Amino acid sequence: MTARVDGPDKVTGRARYAFEHPADGAAYVWAVPSVIARGTIRSVDASRALALPGVLAVITPDNAPRLPGTGDPELALFQTRAVAYRGQFVAAVVAGTLETAREAAGRVVIDYERAPHDVTLTASHPGLYKPDFVNPRYETDTAAGDFDGAFAAAAVRVDATYRTPAEHNHPMEPHATVAAWQAGTLTVYDATQGPSRAAGQIAAVFGLEPGQVRVIAEHVGGGFGAKGMPRANVILAAMAARVTGRPVKFAVTRPQMFAVTGHRAPSIQRVRLGAGPDGRLTAVCHDVIDQTSTLKEFTEQSAVATRHMYAAPHRRTTHRVVRLDVPTPSWMRAPGECPGMFALESAMDELAAAFGIDPVELRLRNEPPVHPETGQPFSSRHLAGCLREGAARFGWAGRDPAPGVRREGRWLTGTGVAASTYPARAMPSQARVTVSPSGRYQVSIAAADIGTGARTALLAVAAESLGVPAAAIDVSIGDSALPPAMIAGGSMGTASWTWAVIKACGALRDQVRARDGAVPPGGLTAHADTAADIGALPAHARYAFGAQFAEVRVDADTGEVRVPRLLGVFAAGRIVSPAQARSQLIGGMTMGLSMALHEESAMDPQFGDYPNHDLAGYHIAAHADVQDIDAVWIDEEEPELGPAGAKGIGEVGIVGTAAAIAGAVYHATGIRVRDLPIRLDKLLT
Amino acid sequence: MARVTTADDTSSELSLRVNGTAHRLRLDHRTTLLDALREHLGLTGTKKGCDHGQCGACTVLVDTGLADTGLAGGPASGRRVNSCLLLAVMAQGTGITTIEGLAAPDGELHPLQAAFVERDALQCGYCTPGQICSAAAMLGEAAAGWPSAASASLSPQAGPVTLDAAEIRERMSGNLCRCGAYVNILAAITDVAREAP
Amino acid sequence: MRPFGYLTPPDPAAAIAAVTGRPGATFLAGGTNLVDLMKLGVATPDLLVDVTGLLPGRIEPVPGGGLRIGAGVRNSDLAADPRVRAGFPVLAQAVLAGASAQLRNMATVGGNLLQRTRCLYFQDVTKPCNKRVPGSGCPARAGDHRNLAILGGSPHCVATHPSDMAVALAALDAVVHVEGAAGPRALPLGELYRLPGDRPDRETTLERGDLITAVELPAPGLAARSAYRKVRDRASYAFGVASVAAALDVDGGVIRDARIALGAVAPLPWRARAAERVLAGRPATAEWFGRAADAELAEAAPLPDNAFKVTLVRNVVVRMLCELAGTELAGAAS
Repeated sequence: MTARVDGPDKVTGRARYAFEHPADGAAYVWAVPSVIARGTIRSVDASRALALPGVLAVITPDNAPRLPGTGDPELALFQTRAVAYRGQFVAAVVAGTLETAREAAGRVVIDYERAPHDVTLTASHPGLYKPDFVNPRYETDTAAGDFDGAFAAAAVRVDATYRTPAEHNHPMEPHATVAAWQAGTLTVYDATQGPSRAAGQIAAVFGLEPGQVRVIAEHVGGGFGAKGMPRANVILAAMAARVTGRPVKFAVTRPQMFAVTGHRAPSIQRVRLGAGPDGRLTAVCHDVIDQTSTLKEFTEQSAVATRHMYAAPHRRTTHRVVRLDVPTPSWMRAPGECPGMFALESAMDELAAAFGIDPVELRLRNEPPVHPETGQPFSSRHLAGCLREGAARFGWAGRDPAPGVRREGRWLTGTGVAASTYPARAMPSQARVTVSPSGRYQVSIAAADIGTGARTALLAVAAESLGVPAAAIDVSIGDSALPPAMIAGGSMGTASWTWAVIKACGALRDQVRARDGAVPPGGLTAHADTAADIGALPAHARYAFGAQFAEVRVDADTGEVRVPRLLGVFAAGRIVSPAQARSQLIGGMTMGLSMALHEESAMDPQFGDYPNHDLAGYHIAAHADVQDIDAVWIDEEEPELGPAGAKGIGEVGIVGTAAAIAGAVYHATGIRVRDLPIRLDKLLT
Repeated sequence: MARVTTADDTSSELSLRVNGTAHRLRLDHRTTLLDALREHLGLTGTKKGCDHGQCGACTVLVDTGLADTGLAGGPASGRRVNSCLLLAVMAQGTGITTIEGLAAPDGELHPLQAAFVERDALQCGYCTPGQICSAAAMLGEAAAGWPSAASASLSPQAGPVTLDAAEIRERMSGNLCRCGAYVNILAAITDVAREAP
Repeated sequence: MRPFGYLTPPDPAAAIAAVTGRPGATFLAGGTNLVDLMKLGVATPDLLVDVTGLLPGRIEPVPGGGLRIGAGVRNSDLAADPRVRAGFPVLAQAVLAGASAQLRNMATVGGNLLQRTRCLYFQDVTKPCNKRVPGSGCPARAGDHRNLAILGGSPHCVATHPSDMAVALAALDAVVHVEGAAGPRALPLGELYRLPGDRPDRETTLERGDLITAVELPAPGLAARSAYRKVRDRASYAFGVASVAAALDVDGGVIRDARIALGAVAPLPWRARAAERVLAGRPATAEWFGRAADAELAEAAPLPDNAFKVTLVRNVVVRMLCELAGTELAGAAS
């Protein structure tokens, strides 16, 4: 197994993240967040802030430079006096030191005209509407057959509503930017999942040509979707640098990340399943209630996975969203699939219990031969293999389904299973490969490594494609000056980049062969663009699948839940970098465990924010919460998704984990928890 | 150790001894050790994850001589602390070791650093320096016989603590990892704990 | 954070004088709570008087078999001390259940006693809080109070004291030694803290400039058979949802003496005296343990989202006492 190539830099502290890039004479920015959830700014008094020695500027809606590109309201900083949610950045201080900037920010006095706010999502909210599409561009509703009639006639029915809370991505590295202008060109060291796209979007905000913005992201401390698009930090830093004429450093504070860097909105999901006496589904309906901000519509596509998971002739999926005075939601690891499969897979578990059918068997009985809604063939689908392999490894055979009957001392024990899925896609990307006369290769692509091991994967495919040792190859990523590439997101990074890199390597190899191996003094270069290849992909259904197994113990006195074992078995095409892939899958499952047991941003309607806005109040799984987690994969050929045949595994790991754990909790206690997180008070009897 | 400031001075001339090198700085008293390292000494290996002692990414090691409170005995490897909650002015007179100071002068990796690479005990790497510094101190604490909340026995006769999985998980819980590298971090630390004399 | 001066006085008297003589001055020890609060803007001193070099930093035996723990002793050293582990296991367990290793290495005993509540509204200076600003209101009652008090609260404040160590010390009848402008004095731990009543801003009976110098424990006796159980939402590194410190002396199946203190359920470490009174001279059975817990919890005044703490505390008390007594648990649940 190849070790992660950036491992040594990271374990020695040599790896530099955005905020850590040296900038001579840099000033520091501290943002001022709004303390109202809705209303307008009547006035800003910066006098006491400006009076502090070392304060260079206080940027407010009164004096902020006009931004030509206000298409994304989240990036249109200080362009309006309207306040859309509590925590929105409404002013900022630039000062010579961090401490002065922070102190001055506390001295900015803002007079608000406060308006009543609505921050509460309910299933019957009068403001719910049908959006034109759901994230990223799926149809809002689908339907086939006669769900209502089939459901009413079904031999066995499940009708349950599941709730997931607001959750926050919380990469360990807060969003941060170092920005500097030089002769009309902006250079930012930014914590981003996609330097190419970010450069274009930032340029649009400032009315620049894309070539006038350079985004460098050599190492990124996690993203999980929150760094998938530019956030207020990069705009604020660039603006502050322009206003002061100095390089500027800005890091979002952890509490501020609860408002301005995106999050997963809460969901209310009703799942109805109807099946015949043989356990085969006849009717499937998944209705999603979602919320977004008043600034931007983002509707998480939580019912979309239901469209392809199980066969059933009568089906319906719907999404409705309401605009509330809350922060703007955005991508968080497996948007749509993650909360949606918690609901669907929990409902499947309830159906299995209602039938008395083994939950693995129930899923095997409902495997669809083609995509149940579009009729498209699956490029490759091995969910059944994952379920069988997982059941064998986990010791599932002979499981007594009776809930609440196993006890070891003070611990109630149980096991659960859930299916997992995530779309497998690739997006156009470009790559360049050069070889020098000395035989040194350089691979360049504006990919980003946010912890996935991208560098290592690209090195591996380049070595294989070129037919040379990895030691002869340098891989450059993380810079928008390099050939443009898809963001590290949607589990599309590896598939998109390896496609371009393999194509470029192949072209270079041809050039070298054509010269009988003689590289001219100026070297040789090959360039590849996969846009046409991807455009030519047949209209097939492409997904990674997996099966998640969980064992839990619940303290009979306190309701505390422990998860001694999690096993994920996945089918995701070719696994390019086994060690890093296993880490990613386990990382996803760990996040799924955290989602199941710990994570909740609880909105307080009195204020319109999350009072638990720090890492002591918002719990993510700690070392002691994580016991045995293993992830394995079964061999799978993915014939369509590029020369690597890789499906992407960054997100599938989180999908289904929470449902497996919830099912195991039911098996242990007889208590069905339908609203996450599963905290002890929900299990205390 | 007398430090000469008056009640009205809001900054001080400090000497900070980091990784064996003494640095003389004039710092605002509000400057944390973390920001002194990152912003004033160019030592960006130590990370700011939350700035409130809630994530452990800022973990560094300080000598047991910290603040002269007669801390006889204890781990020889130094004490792990959250540098974000330690004011730089409080850290005078004690040796500080950061991630940059763990490898040998010739560049040979500390056993924990090597194990983390070997076991892929990292992904994005942002929590990694804190994890490694924390683990280094933890090995010393266990060798000194310090119990943890996971210890089956508090008995002082128990001697050095055997670091099984439950012990390592509990002792490392002050270092959060959002990428979820915990499983491999445990493996890496276990490798080194087994080798330790 | 406002700029501040920093002093390291040569002796405790000078430190006390420095704090008494300046309204914006405050003592600094480990800093793990104070620096956090300063970053939040909750604490706004203009002078820090560093006492880490002045506080007694050792644990000394006292005649009679007790221990005198210097206020400057770091939490981790306290928990590792062989005499504490052998004679007062509840204390070692309580300390080890708190915070993280990094925080325990810095936090001092004195600072641990005086740490402020982690109520989310207290910590947020942009929101009303009667403890920070008397009369401004308590949004926790209508807001997020899942982790707050079921005992000892008032209409003005339902904050909880977050210390685990203090709960164990409360069960052990610890005595706190204080130096102040008026000279040295000693007071039982139970007299250190105030209930919120209508003045939640007054948390302790300390006067300005008072410096805790030591905590004294009586001879082990009962304490040698003691334990601490902390229940929280994460397996580690989280504040408690409820915790119990208990010590039990059972002879021939009869309870000779019992000590019980509750944590994370009240504005101060809660000594469960009603429960202790019920237990005196009673059979060491799960049924009596349950009755004792019920007696203590009879005055609980839970809020809608923390009512579960009543059941939780009862269950933990019963289980712990059964384990300490070696009694079977079956049939104890109400």
